[in-house]
Amino acid sequence: MRYDSLLDSLGGTPLVGLPRLSPGPEVRLWAKLEDRNPTGSVKDRAALYMVRAAEKDGLLTPGATILEPTSGNTGISLAMVARLRGYQLICVMPENTSAERRQLLEAYGAQIISSPAAGGSNEAVRIAKDLAARNPGWVMLYQYGNPANALAHYETTGPELLADLPEITHFVAGLGTTGTLMGAGRYLREHRPGVQIVAAEPRYGELVYGLRNIDEGFVPELYDADVLTRRFSVSAPDALRRTRQLLESEGLFAGISSGGVLHAALGLAERAQRAGDRADIAMIIADAGWKYLSTGAYAGTLEEAEARLEGQLWA
Amino acid sequence: MAIEVRIPTILRTYTGGEKSVEGSGATLDELFSDLDARHGGLRDRLVDDVGLRRFVNVYLNDEDVRFIGGLGAPVHDGDTITVLPAVAGGGR
Repeated sequence: MRYDSLLDSLGGTPLVGLPRLSPGPEVRLWAKLEDRNPTGSVKDRAALYMVRAAEKDGLLTPGATILEPTSGNTGISLAMVARLRGYQLICVMPENTSAERRQLLEAYGAQIISSPAAGGSNEAVRIAKDLAARNPGWVMLYQYGNPANALAHYETTGPELLADLPEITHFVAGLGTTGTLMGAGRYLREHRPGVQIVAAEPRYGELVYGLRNIDEGFVPELYDADVLTRRFSVSAPDALRRTRQLLESEGLFAGISSGGVLHAALGLAERAQRAGDRADIAMIIADAGWKYLSTGAYAGTLEEAEARLEGQLWA
Repeated sequence: MAIEVRIPTILRTYTGGEKSVEGSGATLDELFSDLDARHGGLRDRLVDDVGLRRFVNVYLNDEDVRFIGGLGAPVHDGDTITVLPAVAGGGR
């Protein structure tokens, strides 16, 4: 396949069957490989859409500074787009994210402002919003509330899925900014009535939920619960176990959030199998495992890996 | 009958520091009321006059209850309820 430049190659990712993990011929699991994007994650879609929307709206001018609360993939995607389109990027991210992410951001030329580990991304969002208010010249694209994020998935991810799997019965993805599920979910529901849109939400260690009070909680502005059919909370141990299962059973080297998604998908598959229903369950592999190697997730025993992940933002 | 309810750090002032308490009831609603009898004030942090509070997520056996009946969700002996504040999480 040939493209005029890197950005043109974005999207159009492969959908691969998982024959060894699928319970049987009537209940099939499929993985959409979003690591096959320019910077290796699903976020490339949202990053390009958000930047293009901001340019179109006149918010981004040559040489402008983009600010974003991000602990990884969005920052990396934005760093690449910013670099190619001539913007500066400042990322606000919690200090307890993996070394590879920080190195990659800095290699692209992005600046990192660290937020405290305690309070996780809530704190990064709060700090970024505060910085944006105090620096009106900076542009915060704000992935958690920017409609262009969900639109990217409505216009690209969803249609690609339906084109490759017209018989889709379930769509499973990680729930973070909620962009993927809202955008692709909406598209799929419009074009395939009865499809189930299922969220796999990462469950972290206690530190991440350490708020001062319960009203300090955070729900992404993009989130619309009506788009979802079901929402599962997946622990790090389960996500880890499934990530290794993906690698060992299907040869797929995926990031840890994908393990979480597989965990939810396998639950759906088991349910369909027991009910004697046909199912074609498509899941998003948001990224590959490279950025997570230093977390120790792929080495040693599962127990050792779980212990190492405790306290980290693993997805 | 025993249903385990995991309590987030922020609400452990109501449970004397305990990270997990037990209760009973036929539905989540009844369970919360049951807990409130022993841990006064806890229910009010979880539920307002409209339903589950906006920034509170409740999972029944790891599934968000808002999609399986909300406060009316049936609960059974051996179920696990996990209460967590809504957070931005990480990794994006």
